Amino acid sequence: MPGPAAWSLFRQRLTAHRHYWRSSAIGSVLEPVLFLAAMGLTLGTLVDRGPGLPGGVGYLAFLAPGLLVAAAMQTATGESSYPVLGAIKWDRTYDAILATPARPVDLVAGHLLYVAFRVTTSAAAFLLVLLAFGAAESPLVVLTVPVALLTGLAFAAPVTAMAGRLEEDAAFAALQRFLLVPMFLFSGTFFPVGQLPAVLEGVAYATPLWHGVALARDLALGTPQAGTALLHVGYLALWVVAGTLLATRAFTRRLLR
Amino acid sequence: MSARTSPSLLLRVVPLYPLSPRRAGTLVHRNLLVARRNWVVFASGFFEPFFYLLSIGVGIGGLVGDVVPDGGTALSYQQFVAPALLASAAMNGAVYDAVFNLFFKLRYAKLYDAVLATPVSAADAAVGETVWALLRGAAYSAAFLLVMLVLGLVGSWWAVLALPAAVLIGFAFAAVGLAATTFLRGWQDFEFVQVAVLPLFLFSTTFYPLSTYPRPLQLVVECTPLYHGIELVRGLVTGAVGWSLLGSAAYLLVMGLAGLAVGARRLERLLLS
Repeated sequence: MPGPAAWSLFRQRLTAHRHYWRSSAIGSVLEPVLFLAAMGLTLGTLVDRGPGLPGGVGYLAFLAPGLLVAAAMQTATGESSYPVLGAIKWDRTYDAILATPARPVDLVAGHLLYVAFRVTTSAAAFLLVLLAFGAAESPLVVLTVPVALLTGLAFAAPVTAMAGRLEEDAAFAALQRFLLVPMFLFSGTFFPVGQLPAVLEGVAYATPLWHGVALARDLALGTPQAGTALLHVGYLALWVVAGTLLATRAFTRRLLR
Repeated sequence: MSARTSPSLLLRVVPLYPLSPRRAGTLVHRNLLVARRNWVVFASGFFEPFFYLLSIGVGIGGLVGDVVPDGGTALSYQQFVAPALLASAAMNGAVYDAVFNLFFKLRYAKLYDAVLATPVSAADAAVGETVWALLRGAAYSAAFLLVMLVLGLVGSWWAVLALPAAVLIGFAFAAVGLAATTFLRGWQDFEFVQVAVLPLFLFSTTFYPLSTYPRPLQLVVECTPLYHGIELVRGLVTGAVGWSLLGSAAYLLVMGLAGLAVGARRLERLLLS
């Protein structure tokens, strides 16, 4: 189990973050807001005039919770890819920290704590925008922030494990182009996955992003069901736990050689 | 003795002409060699616009139905979106290649410090990088056009001109991106590039016609460069060709030349001071 050193690492990352929070806010808050404005408002008028969504849901209300969770995925992955490999390999921050009583498990815990902070603050900021757009149908929409947090960690933990094993950063570009972008586009953020061909629909159900988006959407629209909600949470938690274990093992093998 | 050998030697050591196609070409060749080693990353650039076409065109298209572009005939949503995605991909590719790669080479790899120790001048380097970005963009655009043809999204023979149009868009944005890169202070500033590019991508009539906006906003959009790029490509691909397309092309050409002039001068000052 992680000890107090994890907290120190969290504070170290927080101090560094104070220097560039403005530019990181652009990526994690402003970008999804732009997507919401362009697609939710304007494209939404075309959708609502056209055949539209099943159940007569307005496109803005459909899209907003999806974007909130998709942004959490992007923020969490971004913070867990290059920065982690950098701390291991380029800046060697982790080597320096391991010269103190900190252990690899503390590094992983401290890092995930920091990602949790980033995702939660960004999601909360986005939630305020979403409310200002009038895109929420239910007070349960506030629960989309913890859903974003859980989804973010479901990506951060395995990507941290991946970064702990990599020698070169080229794999991050492949991860972005071949996994994250397709997930962003096809995992139910922009349209119901039922519109996909059957095979792709099955793949979409296997992605953590779909579970996060589906749960957040149910909450924002005020239509959650206990059984499916539990299923979504359990599936995401599985990714968090497995990712954390793998990341700790990767860090231990790599840094304590 | 020195009188016999020096003309060519002098030319090698002190380039007399600020710009030479051959010297700029050596930089293009160099980039090609590097791309061959990183071909997976290079090839992955083909996929992103396809993913967008499938997701937006097919997925959202199912929700939208047909779209009537400004003053045109009704198109299916895929027919409407595809040319705009081609134009946006040309912009994105050019900007990211110009900004990210150039910044890395400028600040970290110190590539140009080495390059300028040869007869290649700063202006040669600027032209060489721009030409390389254009070649790369043209390869991606040609592949995307082929996919559009296969999917039956091309409505006119004018579409053969869509490839040069995409290259023109790439030129305009690569040149401006090159100029912008010389102003960047560090990695964090890349977010500001994103702040410029993403709204262009999202609001330049990529996903819906101009008539969706209220009139004042329409005027703003009409002043932005990607709008003209999309007008140009969409006009050519759907066959809605008129004289206004020449105006759009001229806009992009002037933008590119201006960016190149500023970028070359800035590079020279950064590298030779």
